[in-house]
Amino acid sequence: MAEPRPPVGASAAGEPATARQPRLELRHISKSFGGVRVLHDVSLRVMPGEVVGLLGDNGAGKSTLIKIVTGVHQPEEGEVVFEGEVVANLDVPTARSLGIETVFQERALADQLPLWRNIFMGRPLSNRLGLLRTGEMRKVTTDLMGESMGFTSAALTPDTNVVGLSGGERQGLAIVRALHFEADVIILDEPTMGLSLKETEKLLKFVEGIRAAGKSAIFIDHNIFHVYSVADRIVVLDRGRVAGDFPTSRYSLEELMGIMREVASSGRFTEAERYRMDIIPPADGAEAAGAEA
Amino acid sequence: MTETTIRPSAVVARQSLSAWAASFASQIGITIAFLLLWLVFIVLAPGTFLSGNIYAAFATTTPFFALVALPLTMVIISGDIDLSFPSIMSLGVVGFVSVWKATGSVEVGFVWALVVGGLAGLFNGLVVTFVGIPSLVVTIGTQFLFQGLTLVLVNGRSFALVDTRTSPLYEILVGRALGIPMQFWWLVVASVATWVLLNRHRLGQNAYVIGDNRQAAQLMGIPIRRTRITLFVLTGLMAAFAGLLNALQIFNFYPALGSGYLLPTLAAVFVGGTSVFGGRGSVWGTFLGAFMIGGITAGIVAVGLTDYYTGLIYGAVILISVSIHAVLQRRFAR
Repeated sequence: MAEPRPPVGASAAGEPATARQPRLELRHISKSFGGVRVLHDVSLRVMPGEVVGLLGDNGAGKSTLIKIVTGVHQPEEGEVVFEGEVVANLDVPTARSLGIETVFQERALADQLPLWRNIFMGRPLSNRLGLLRTGEMRKVTTDLMGESMGFTSAALTPDTNVVGLSGGERQGLAIVRALHFEADVIILDEPTMGLSLKETEKLLKFVEGIRAAGKSAIFIDHNIFHVYSVADRIVVLDRGRVAGDFPTSRYSLEELMGIMREVASSGRFTEAERYRMDIIPPADGAEAAGAEA
Repeated sequence: MTETTIRPSAVVARQSLSAWAASFASQIGITIAFLLLWLVFIVLAPGTFLSGNIYAAFATTTPFFALVALPLTMVIISGDIDLSFPSIMSLGVVGFVSVWKATGSVEVGFVWALVVGGLAGLFNGLVVTFVGIPSLVVTIGTQFLFQGLTLVLVNGRSFALVDTRTSPLYEILVGRALGIPMQFWWLVVASVATWVLLNRHRLGQNAYVIGDNRQAAQLMGIPIRRTRITLFVLTGLMAAFAGLLNALQIFNFYPALGSGYLLPTLAAVFVGGTSVFGGRGSVWGTFLGAFMIGGITAGIVAVGLTDYYTGLIYGAVILISVSIHAVLQRRFAR
């Protein structure tokens, strides 16, 4: 990722300049499907080492937003900026090569295929002729199973089909798949869905680990309790717009829940609330555009 | 990658016999079914099935549809279907005949037949992926389209191909080696190649994922469109190749050349354990399935039934095998 570092003087100090730069930024993203506007002028930024929670009802546009970040859909308006650089025509392979990985839950596992084919789905190790290096992929899978997934059952081998795995095991597989490829931004799409209490606890600990490693995460969930406990900021989407952006350091869980209820009923915040929130100043994007011109 | 190289894992990939049996259950099943069916034929018609002649006949005629069943297996694993291959078999030979008549070269005609087959498959693939119509519907349409094109191009006539016999390519395509018809050797080569593509190549990996979970394939950035088009092209290529082998074998081209192969080919794939729902299937299964279908065809005659029973029996075989696999799959899914 050879992005142009801003001022030359910053290189001596190093971190301050880069720490200020968002790892991932969405600027004024809009997207419609068949005439229905799903996202309307959505801006969002994720800093290095930051966990951003994304909350919203069904139909708020959460999954569309995620699919834009991961390159599955392309926005009609707005841009995706990664490490300070605008990414044009972001598709899935590009997103993955930039280090944006998604834990899509079991929706993105192929049930009838063995574990190793699932781990390497979409980017198998192969030679120039496209022939697979199956031995290597099996070995990596075996190692990941023992060390990262905690699969110790002797019944599970790299050749076990996914169909027989439990919800937690599938979750582990999906997470390990995202992590194995050295992601910088990890997107967790409804990761607690269908998990037991213990498995959820394990997952939240894992998200803490992402932050500790200096990586970034976007954590999407219905459940405000799960999100609040790990997120640095909570962004609320409502009917395709960013309804609010709350640093968890400034808001208690109770306050947030009250606000969420209000959004759900009225669709907007009071002026006072808007004042307290960290809504991204739209001037930012305009500034950057101005600087380029 | 760093976390993978810390230490050799405690979980060694030591596959027990039962794990091996579980991953190959379907292929073991088809092998047993194959042997049982063989036994039944030997018991019912020992005169036929204990002589070498019937096996020489199998080696001659079964490859004509088994060759197409191989790429078709991959198409079905990826969740598509191609019903137009019988017409491509004929159309490919039209390509051969026209070039051979014009240039006198069997070799150039052969290449042109493959080009025609590949283009027909490409057409299928493009319509399916870019227009977004289910392949079942598209290839029913192109089945008639290609057959119609064949009839128009040759004006409904047949052509004698006896003169191809002097060409060295004739010997390579449908001659004999070690006393076994060349088309059988071609089938062996094509089976190995298909196995490699399906199990040891990106194409097969992607085909399996697309057929198992289209949404996952999209989310994980698999080139869905390119993969599906490639599989249709391969099927078209093989259909033209098999059609030409068939025409050379009988020294004759007639416009309805491929039409009898629709059911046996599909039956071979489905008997072989390839799932109609996609995501599951094997080359070994299709290979054995093709010979089971070949055996059934011969067996119908050998046990004294008339030829009229073949359609009835193919239909029953397809329905029964698809049902058995669907039930087994559901049983073992949970």
